[in-house]
Amino acid sequence: MIDISLGHYLFLAAIIFTIGIVGIFLNRKNVIVLLMSIELILISVNINLVAFSVYLQDIVGQVFTMFVLTVAAGEAAIGLAILVVFFRNKGSIHVEDINTLKG
Amino acid sequence: MLAHALVFYLFSFITIASSLAVISARNTIHAVFFLILDFVSVSCLFIMMGAEYLGMLTLIVYVGAVAVLFLFVVMMLNVNFKELKSGFLGYVPFGAFIGIVLLIEIGIMLGTWRYKDKFIKTSEIEIDNDFSNTEAIGNVLYTDYLHYFQISGLILLVAMIGAILLTFRRKDNLKRQDITKQVSRERADGVLLSEIESFKGVKLND
Repeated sequence: MIDISLGHYLFLAAIIFTIGIVGIFLNRKNVIVLLMSIELILISVNINLVAFSVYLQDIVGQVFTMFVLTVAAGEAAIGLAILVVFFRNKGSIHVEDINTLKG
Repeated sequence: MLAHALVFYLFSFITIASSLAVISARNTIHAVFFLILDFVSVSCLFIMMGAEYLGMLTLIVYVGAVAVLFLFVVMMLNVNFKELKSGFLGYVPFGAFIGIVLLIEIGIMLGTWRYKDKFIKTSEIEIDNDFSNTEAIGNVLYTDYLHYFQISGLILLVAMIGAILLTFRRKDNLKRQDITKQVSRERADGVLLSEIESFKGVKLND
């Protein structure tokens, strides 16, 4: 308990990952909270990468965390832009209304 | 060592509690603020682990850019969030079931995973303790991972262009400069030469 090992960080990341997945299930109607749940999942991946990088004394994990960060920022920007355009066209952000693409 | 453990448990408790608050907050603005708290405590964990550069980067990118972007969108869209929350309780049993099964699976996987005596390393780039964390990352990022770095820059460029293109609205009642129209203008479009008879004048029809 006192010695913080790699396993502690991995369990923390697992808990945050699970909370993110559950958040996707719970907030089926609210796209903004859905995107926030995806951010939670990405940050749990970052915790995993940094923990392994520190405990294995290998810097590459931290380099890859930077790339995950880049992708997360781009994804948030594009997702929110799509959301703004959708709100302009439909006047709502209901996930149920996003079905005009179906064949 | 005890202080390290106590700080770890404190930060991870704050992280988990605020993540739970993010997915269950009634008000979406509150959810964004809990997300900021989550990012701050995760960056504290990173700094505690010895990855100072990533801790600071998490603060700058996540709190400074991503969370503020979320906040802007939540404030700009006039959405009835109460209504969006309406079906929340109906999904709780299903979501909790999936979550518990997932957590048990990952827990079993981590619990039974034996730490190997010697990890198989993907690379031979070790952390050199003579350098600071930032310097060590820079030494690797700008040499061995230069192409990845440039591609990630390209991803950001594409994301920026995409976001601008998506939200750009062309207004019709605005007079804009049309370069193609200007350049392709011929002499005949602008100049009219006509023979004028004496005492008759000229009548232009425009």
